[in-house]
Amino acid sequence: MSTLEIKDLHVSVNTEDGPKEILKGVTLTIKDGETHAIMGPNGSGKSTLAYSIAGHPRYEVTGGTVTLDGEDVLEMSVDERARAGLFLAMQYPVEVPGVSVSNFLRTAKTAISGEAPKLRTWVKDVNGALDLMNLDSTFSSRSVNEGFSGGEKKRHEIAQLDLLDPKVAILDETDSGLDIDALKVVSEGVNRFRERDNKGVLLITHYTRILRYIKPDYVHVFVDGKVADEGGPELADELEANGYEKYLGSKV
Amino acid sequence: MSAVATPVEGALEVDRVDSHLHPEGSFNVDDHPVPTGREEIWRFTPLKRLKGLHLDVPLSGTSYDASIEAPEGVQVERITDGSLKGVSGLVPWDRIAARALAEAGETLAVTIPAETELDRPVFVTLKGTGTDEATATHAVIRAERFSSATVIVRFEGAMTLADNVEVVVEDGAKLTLVSIDDWADDAVHVGHRHIRVGRDAEFKHVDITIGGDVVRHDTTAEYSGPGGSVEMLGLYFADAGQHIEHRLFVDHTAPKTKSHVVYKGALQGEKAHTVWIGNVLIRKVAEGIETYEENRNLVLTEGCHADSVPNLEIETGEIAGAGHASATARFDDEQLFYLRSRGISEQEAQRLVVHGFFNDLIRKIGVPELEEQLAATVEAELAKNVLKELA
Repeated sequence: MSTLEIKDLHVSVNTEDGPKEILKGVTLTIKDGETHAIMGPNGSGKSTLAYSIAGHPRYEVTGGTVTLDGEDVLEMSVDERARAGLFLAMQYPVEVPGVSVSNFLRTAKTAISGEAPKLRTWVKDVNGALDLMNLDSTFSSRSVNEGFSGGEKKRHEIAQLDLLDPKVAILDETDSGLDIDALKVVSEGVNRFRERDNKGVLLITHYTRILRYIKPDYVHVFVDGKVADEGGPELADELEANGYEKYLGSKV
Repeated sequence: MSAVATPVEGALEVDRVDSHLHPEGSFNVDDHPVPTGREEIWRFTPLKRLKGLHLDVPLSGTSYDASIEAPEGVQVERITDGSLKGVSGLVPWDRIAARALAEAGETLAVTIPAETELDRPVFVTLKGTGTDEATATHAVIRAERFSSATVIVRFEGAMTLADNVEVVVEDGAKLTLVSIDDWADDAVHVGHRHIRVGRDAEFKHVDITIGGDVVRHDTTAEYSGPGGSVEMLGLYFADAGQHIEHRLFVDHTAPKTKSHVVYKGALQGEKAHTVWIGNVLIRKVAEGIETYEENRNLVLTEGCHADSVPNLEIETGEIAGAGHASATARFDDEQLFYLRSRGISEQEAQRLVVHGFFNDLIRKIGVPELEEQLAATVEAELAKNVLKELA
């Protein structure tokens, strides 16, 4: 049983002209076994929601609550959130020169499970996870994200999702910049994660393309820092046909 | 004073260049006035902490034990007639170098004979046993034609030392010189290294600076023929109150030569101070050369100070490439966020980033027995601040 509950979340960032409110009261509940898609035009606050839940210091929460199974997420540090079971697959994964993928994965796994993984099975697990993402075994000796292609970065994120096995995964525009083959590989990875028991997924995307491979249970349309519309998968079809004009139009 | 005349240099017509990059040298101590600290070459150095090395204190101390472990075939000699002073083309370019060269009683000469390829390193260890009296030493490392060797010089314990190390890499030879300043906290070391790189020769300098109160190294490389290459890899870690200064000068005195310099340092603790001066001169004769120098500093705590000054002076446009980079920064917030978003604690994330920062460099050293040891050294340094809360 795991539930990520976001209630009336308000988030600001500091700009040269002072604080600017990006999220203006977001309410969303992701129960286990559910996949929620958040769609919306650029600048609507989708990524801000993802980074705020993960605890990026750039974003200041000015109101509302976020809880995971009743625990106050906003009180936790970035790494505590991850250890509590949250995972953010980033749109722009960060390079960490000199730190190998294998060292990084082992350190992360050890942190999250509280003990070092058993060496024998772990190497097999890592190679298996990389292989499923079409990443060969030399990949683990490369520096984290350094010199990775756009597709490799995203596949590496999903390999981490597989190995770290969180309760709730937030995928921030994981589909952007992927060709169709890579998109399929990444989608299959996400679907394998969804098949596990009690997993929640919050899938943030600008395009409907990925929703052909990952079927959401709910679709939320994000406009100007708020949920402007909600529905089932059919809402994605409607967005595919008509775009965001309707919502943007209503704003004016 | 005239430059040291050797037939090879004469043939290359290395002209005098008016620039602070290469002041005119002299073997005569009196030609070098006592520095005041306002001179360009002294302005970063805390003269008061040099225990008089720059003044007139005698340099006749013997508070050290030297040991050398050399594979068969290597010649090790102690020469007392002064005949090897300046053999690499060194003409002391500051007062401490001149004093140290004049007062050093003997020369430790290590020679790798022509065409000898060593399969294990030569180890030289200098262990200081007290800082009260100042000491001058002189060493000459010569890799003869087509030889190949690694020499590891380790400084430990505490002493007040002014030394000159001269290196001659003859035509076609390959020499890796590893210098490790692993001093006790109160050591003072002002060192001068002068390297002459022969035709098609390869010289690699691995320069590790960890301990000591004040450590200042002047390292100058020049070429006696075309096609030579110099790689300088530096790693330093300055703790509270420590002053670590590296002054590098690569003098491209021959065509088609290469130099690649990367120094990386970390600073932690109140008044940790590092200085990196990276000077490169490309002379008129030095057509078709390639040079790149880079210095990166990672500032781990408040109260540290890193100076980083690359200089490139180019007298010919006919070069293959020349560039430099310098960056001094704190931890990258985005890197830490990425690692922490995977459950890794803040300290552990910092530890990973610092190891990663140095690993890039350590991997290039190419001396296996050293690489593991250096990773452990980095870990031990981190334990002083970054990892304190983890313990």
